[in-house]
Amino acid sequence: MFKYIVKRLFLIPPMLMGISLIALLAMHLTPGDPASMRYGLNPEVSGSARAHLKELYGLDKPVIVQYGGWLKRIVTLDFGDSFIDDRPVIEKIKERLPATLILQISALILIFSIALPIGVMSAVKQNSFFDKATTFLVFVGFATPTFWLALLLMRFFGFQLEWLPISGMSPWYAQDYSLPHRILDLLWHLILPLFTLAFTGLAGISRYTRYSMLEVIRQDYIRTARAKGLKENKIIYHHALKNALLPVITILGLTLPALIGGSFIFETIFAWPGMGRLMYTAILQYDYPVVMGVGIISVFLTLTGILISDILYAVVDPRIRYE
Amino acid sequence: MNRLKSKASVYLNRLIKKKALFITTVSFFIFSVPLAGAQEILSYGDAYVSGSIADAITLIPFLATDSTSGNINSMIFNGLTKVDKDLNITGDLAESYDVSDDKLTITFHLRKNVLWQDGVKFTADDVKFTFDIILDPRNAAPYAANFQDIEEIKVVDKYTVQFKYRKPYAPALLKLGTAIIPKHLLKNIDIKNCNFARDPVGTGPYKLAEWKTDQHIILDSFYNYFEGRPFIDKYVERVIPNQAVQFLELITGGIDSMGLTPYQYKYRTDTKKFKERFVKYKYLSRSYTYIGYNLKDPLFEDKRVRQALSYAVDRKAIIDGVLMGMGEECTGPFIKGTYAYNEEVRKYPYNPQKAKELLKEAGWIDRNNDGILEKDGLKFSFKLITNQGNKQREDVATIIQQNWREIGVEVEIQAIAWAAFITEFVDKRNFQALILGWTMPIDPDNYNVWHSDSMKDGGLNFISYRNKEVDSLIERGRETYNQDERQRIYRKIHEITAEEQPYTFLYFPYALPAVSKRFKGIEPAPAGISYNFIKWYVPEVEQKYTR
Repeated sequence: MFKYIVKRLFLIPPMLMGISLIALLAMHLTPGDPASMRYGLNPEVSGSARAHLKELYGLDKPVIVQYGGWLKRIVTLDFGDSFIDDRPVIEKIKERLPATLILQISALILIFSIALPIGVMSAVKQNSFFDKATTFLVFVGFATPTFWLALLLMRFFGFQLEWLPISGMSPWYAQDYSLPHRILDLLWHLILPLFTLAFTGLAGISRYTRYSMLEVIRQDYIRTARAKGLKENKIIYHHALKNALLPVITILGLTLPALIGGSFIFETIFAWPGMGRLMYTAILQYDYPVVMGVGIISVFLTLTGILISDILYAVVDPRIRYE
Repeated sequence: MNRLKSKASVYLNRLIKKKALFITTVSFFIFSVPLAGAQEILSYGDAYVSGSIADAITLIPFLATDSTSGNINSMIFNGLTKVDKDLNITGDLAESYDVSDDKLTITFHLRKNVLWQDGVKFTADDVKFTFDIILDPRNAAPYAANFQDIEEIKVVDKYTVQFKYRKPYAPALLKLGTAIIPKHLLKNIDIKNCNFARDPVGTGPYKLAEWKTDQHIILDSFYNYFEGRPFIDKYVERVIPNQAVQFLELITGGIDSMGLTPYQYKYRTDTKKFKERFVKYKYLSRSYTYIGYNLKDPLFEDKRVRQALSYAVDRKAIIDGVLMGMGEECTGPFIKGTYAYNEEVRKYPYNPQKAKELLKEAGWIDRNNDGILEKDGLKFSFKLITNQGNKQREDVATIIQQNWREIGVEVEIQAIAWAAFITEFVDKRNFQALILGWTMPIDPDNYNVWHSDSMKDGGLNFISYRNKEVDSLIERGRETYNQDERQRIYRKIHEITAEEQPYTFLYFPYALPAVSKRFKGIEPAPAGISYNFIKWYVPEVEQKYTR
């Protein structure tokens, strides 16, 4: 097992290199460059200022040289400076990461704690009214555009009822709040975004759980458990669910990069200061260092996420052994 | 402090008089009207919260090119000169200035009562330092070209600074109005890698209190501001990237002001409830939208063809349909209402018949009755491009396509993502016609867009307009300080471009801000509403954010 993990860890750096090279090439292949995006068609900026900026950022050099420079810095964990405002990429990420983490982690917890029971119940009572109703509901959620639902909720709860704040993470005058006040305030601001994320995100987990639960409860060992005279609750939650969770672990592993990736549309609607907006602006502005920086972290987390779920398999399922 | 007092009391008196007059008139009819509001006086306090689509990028003023940074910087910093409410040049940090007879030397006499926000005195050294930094190529200042003709900057004494130019450059007076930065904090520091961009110190009416990236920027009023302490204590800019959400925030009181879309201005805010709480303003913005023709394309070589295309465009339908009437027709490349704008130029009212005649004159006739004109076997059919994501321009393109179809001109519209639009089409002159807009600097000099020198490598004369008379007028305009003469020059340029129609000039959109009614002292002028922000105030009884 230990050998296996080490082997897998050694595979991560070459994969990171390959993927980052492809990412940089892809960015350079699309038409446009940071200098034109920043100063293009501004009647007060001369063409020489644009050329000068390219030189300053080394954009006049061949792509492979640029990649080499980036690689040399990244091994010392130096992500470079943003082309937009010359601030260190890592600082820009740090600023936005907490907002995204708070939202995504609480959404993940909420989704799991609602979707798992829904999945289990609808599998146990397959084709019942509950099954059909929840199936309908989660698919409605899945098909609802986030921004549309968000605007409806804001309008109803924020404008008409005036119960909840419309957008943002904290009011600007919160600087004088005490810590408990701040936490309460944050929860207050989290209600609408969380509800929106959870409602539109229930489908995946609940359907996976239902499906895999249906498989498991038809297995012989469940019949055996029943034959032994075990209580139904114990059969479902102890024997069946444990086994049914295996595929769900895979999904959990894959959500790791999404935790820091955020979502652009969502953050734009709720004026949430997260990573999605950072990445989107960076892509639009051809801010290579930021795109590469966020990208490499996401790729790293994806690879780690897969590794972790592979390890978790072995922990959860005694039949799986890695050599 | 004395100055402030006197100024404030004059203001106060005027206000009380107005109010008193109002009260007597009203109470003449309704005797039971209490004297509420009579003691309404200029009061300090409260906060002004506005919504912005995007966060500021940098508070190093000479590096900022985006509008939010520009806004915030204009609150924190001052330049040597500024424009007043009627867009005329006036001194800011400079109490006065004079231009030598040979027009090569500009001398600024600085105010002596200006303090940096950290308490240090502002002097001529700061001025020289600022321009030295901007002209240092290592700092890659985007607007450096505005100062390339400066030969020498001389500090004459502590409060006098002289700019020597290689050749006369009239826009200098405005360009030198760029924000001045403090020498004592920035000397011997690599400005691109220091924290001044997030922790600036200026001479302006407001200073930075807190900047939470992508959330808000809070500015506190600077008590020792040389024009007096601003009445409103805090200026807050909240970043709300979606306009619909901004509007919800506005009507629920989360923000006090935002720029409305024409639709919001006309329909969403036309309620009694809204008007009770907000004042809507409407004034021309300093930008215009146009169709540009690639003059290297044989289709558009003939002036009559371009004139015909302009006659065929129904501007009124565009302004009514796309802008909901929130705009005015544009006839040329200057700010409407300023001295450079010529009202007497050739106009192109919607007249498809005349367009057809002109095209016939130019040899374009529908010979095979397919509804499309031909000449020498060539169909009058071309591609009109614009940038993707600008709904307004895409709608304009659709109306124009229909307009031109009626005179036998076939157009295919293509919307292209901004990055590709610039690098692949505009920069490479690889287009036939395009719809775009210009935001104009206040000085009418438009060398960068209209002079034939700006045709080469990535210059902004991408339609390749070349007219010797316009070239020499532009050059003369840059060297002429006399405003009457400049007026003649720019009005002539306006006349020529209107006659030749290298662009079909379409419209100036209105800026449409809405501001909460509790803010008093707003006086709309050609410069907009925010020029006198430090004079805005909220009567004590109406103050919303108190400590």
